[in-house]
Amino acid sequence: MSNDLLESERVSEPQSHAREDVRAAAMRPVLETPRWWWPSVVVLGVIVALGIVAWMVQVADGLGTAGYSDGAFWAIYEANLVAFIGVSYGGAVVSAILRLTHAGWRAPLTRIAEATALVTLPIGMMFIIPHLGSPQKIWELVWPPYWNLSSPILWDFFAVSTYLLATMVFFYLPLVPDAAIVLERLGDAPADRRTRTRRTLYRVLLGRFGGTPHERAALNGAIGLVAIMIIPMAVSVHSVLSFAFSSSSRPGYMETIFPVYFVVAALYSGVALVVLVIAAVRRLYHLEAFIVPRHFVRLGFVMIAFGAAYLYLTFTEYLVDGYSGTVGAAAWVYQDIAGRYWIPFWFYFVAAGIVPLVIMAVRRFRTTTGVVIASTLVVAALWVKRLVIVIPPATEPLVQSPLAKGGVLAGNWGSYHFTWVPISITVAATAAIPLLLLIVFRFVPILPMAEMEEMAETGEDRDVVSSGEVA
Amino acid sequence: MTKNNETTPSSTVVDDEREELTAAAVTIGRRGLLRAAALGGLGITALGALSETVAAAAQSSTTTPSGPIHQWCMIIDLRLCNGCKLCTTACQTAHYLHEDQTWMNVYTMQNAAGEDYFMPRPCMMCEDPACVPVCPVGANIRTDEGLVLVDQSRCIGTRICMNACPYDARYFNWEQAVPAPRQPFPQEPAWPVPQVKGTVGKCIDCAAMLPSGQLPECVTHCPMGVIYFGDLTSDAAVNGMGATVKVSTFLEENDAVVFKEEYGTHPRVYYIPGHGQDLDNNAAASS
Ligand code: SF4
Ligand code: SF4
Repeated sequence: MSNDLLESERVSEPQSHAREDVRAAAMRPVLETPRWWWPSVVVLGVIVALGIVAWMVQVADGLGTAGYSDGAFWAIYEANLVAFIGVSYGGAVVSAILRLTHAGWRAPLTRIAEATALVTLPIGMMFIIPHLGSPQKIWELVWPPYWNLSSPILWDFFAVSTYLLATMVFFYLPLVPDAAIVLERLGDAPADRRTRTRRTLYRVLLGRFGGTPHERAALNGAIGLVAIMIIPMAVSVHSVLSFAFSSSSRPGYMETIFPVYFVVAALYSGVALVVLVIAAVRRLYHLEAFIVPRHFVRLGFVMIAFGAAYLYLTFTEYLVDGYSGTVGAAAWVYQDIAGRYWIPFWFYFVAAGIVPLVIMAVRRFRTTTGVVIASTLVVAALWVKRLVIVIPPATEPLVQSPLAKGGVLAGNWGSYHFTWVPISITVAATAAIPLLLLIVFRFVPILPMAEMEEMAETGEDRDVVSSGEVA
Repeated sequence: MTKNNETTPSSTVVDDEREELTAAAVTIGRRGLLRAAALGGLGITALGALSETVAAAAQSSTTTPSGPIHQWCMIIDLRLCNGCKLCTTACQTAHYLHEDQTWMNVYTMQNAAGEDYFMPRPCMMCEDPACVPVCPVGANIRTDEGLVLVDQSRCIGTRICMNACPYDARYFNWEQAVPAPRQPFPQEPAWPVPQVKGTVGKCIDCAAMLPSGQLPECVTHCPMGVIYFGDLTSDAAVNGMGATVKVSTFLEENDAVVFKEEYGTHPRVYYIPGHGQDLDNNAAASS
C-alpha cells in the first residue's frame, strides 16, 4: 500500500496519551457500572436462556427436532462450530501477529481482541454439545480409556482444548500488571463488601507479581513466547477441524485445500469480528480518544489481505474441481455456482469476496463506517459460506446420487430443513458474545494500561508509520 | 482392523493379482473343501447346523487349533431380486426400527441401457471399514468373525461414521426409538434392540442369532432366494430357500463383484450382477 493512499487518515494518527487519561478510561467500567449495563445483560441473558430451552427440547425429542435426518447428518451445528471457533482467530491475529511485528498502533486494541477470542472460542466449542446425539455421554471424550486416537474428532478435541488454554494464558498474562493498577486504585475506595471481593479477585490475578523491572522483563518474555506459540496453534486448530470433513471419501469434503481454506476463512472472519467488537466497545465505553479511524482502516487492510487470500483459494478450489469434470467434486461446483446453492454461494462471493475489496480499495469508502460495514458483511457471509461447505455434501446420498445420474436436485438445502431449535441456539450463541464481553469488561480494564504505559515510555506507540506500513 | 487375507476368497473375485490369487484360492480351496465334504456327507442345509459342524471340525482339526471359527459373508444375487423389499421390512420388524431406518435398503438402480434393476444394500461388513477408525470414542468395533458392530451404550452421536461410510449404510436415531418388548438377547452390539436415541444403528448381520444357527432375518424372508449368508472359513453359504453353495466357486463362476471396490474397504458382501449393470455408474456417486 502506498503512503499516498493513507495520507487522508494521517490527521487522526494515534497519539501517546497521558497516563491518567488511559487509566481513567480503562478502569471506568470496572469501578462504576454503566447505566446501560444491567438492561443489556438482562436482555442478552434472556436470549441465551431461550437458546438453552431450545436445546433442552432437542435433548428431550432428539436431533430430528433440529431438522436433521439420515439424508442430512451434518448441518448447521457443524457449520457453527467452524464459524464460531473461526471468529476467535481475530484475537490471535491482532494480538499475536501485531505484537510480533511490533506494530505500535495495536496497543489500545489488544485487550479487546484477546477478550473477543477468549469469549468466542468457548462459545464455538459449546456447539459440540447440540451437535452430539448423546450429549450426556460427552465425558467419554475426556476419558482416556475410551479415546480412539485415529479419529479426527479426537484430534479436533485435543487441538481446540490446547488452543483454549493458550488463549486463556494469552489473555491473562498482559492482565497481571493491570491487576496491580486496579488494586492500587481500589485502595482509595470505601471498604464495603463489593470492594473487598474485588480486591480478592485482583489479588488472585496478580499472584506474586511485584512489578520490578526484572519481573516485567520476564513477563514480557512470556507474553512474546505465547504470542509465537499461539500462531501455529491457531493454524493447527482449523486445519484439524477441516480434517473431520476432508479426511473422508465424501465428494465435496474430500479436498486437500480444506486445511488452508479453513484457516484463512477463520483469520478473515476473526479480524472482521474484532473490528465489530472494537467499534461497539469504542462507542459504548467512550474510547474515541484512544481508538481512532486510523485503527479501523489498518484493521481493514489486515482483514482484506486475508479476504483476498480466501477469494483466491475459493477460485482455485472451484476452478480445479469444476474443470476436472468428475461426477463428485465437479458436480458440487456446478451446484454451488448455478444449481441448488446459488443464492448462498453468490451471497458469500459478493458480500465477503467483492464488496470488502471495493470498500478498502476506494479511498472514499475507506472510513470507519466503511470498514464496519465490510466487517459485518464478512462475518455474515462467511457464516453462510460455512453452511455451503458443510450442508451440501452431507445431504447428498452416496449411493444413487441424483447428481451422479445428471439429475436435478430439489430443495434449497437438500434434505436439511432449518427449524426454530437450531436457529434459537445460533441466535443465543451470537448473543452470548456481547453478553460475555460485557461481563469480562466489568472486571477487566478495557485498555492494557501497563502495556500502553510501557510503550509510551519506549516510544513504541509513536513509531507507527515505520512499523505499520513501511512497504 | 484385521484382515484375514488367507481366509477370504473375496480376493479371488475382486483382486487383479492373478498369481497371488491362485495361491490363495488353493489354500482356501483345500481347507474349505475338507469342510464342505464333511458337511455334504451330513446332508446339512441350514447354516446353523453347518456352523456347528464346522466348529466341531475346526476343533478336531490340527491345522487350525485357534483363531476365529467363522468369517461371515453375504452374497446377493442381483439376477433374482424383484424389488419386493420384504427383506427391508423383515429387518425393521425384527429390530424395531423406524420406517426410514432401512438397514437393508433396496435401491432401484438403472443399468447401462436405462432399465431398472434392484439392489439390496445391507452393511458391507467391510474388512477395512471406513466407519471404525473415525469414531472418537471407539464405539465401532470389528469382531474377529468379521462383523462390524456399534456399541450404542458408548456411541456419543458425532455421526462422523455416517460421513465415512461410502455405502450410506448407517442410520441415526434422530428421535425416540421404537419401543420393543423383552428380547431374547440383551441390548448389546450384537443385538441393539431397542435402538438408543441419539446413537447410530446399522445392519448387524443379525449377529446375536448366528451362534444358535439361525439365519439373518432378511435372508429367511427373501422369497426369491436372493440373499445368501455364508462363512468364508468353511467356504459355504446358504440362502433362505435352503440352497447351499460353495462360496469360492459360486463367486468365481458368476463373476461376483463388490460394491465400490475402489474405496479399498474390502466388503464382505458380494454381488452377482446379471442385468448388464454399468458398475462404474453404480459406484459413481462417489468419485
Ligand atoms: S458398509 Fe459402511 S457401515 Fe458397514 S462396515 Fe463398511 S463402512 Fe462400516
Ligand atoms: S442381516 Fe439382519 S440386520 Fe442386516 S439387513 Fe439383514 S435382517 Fe437387517
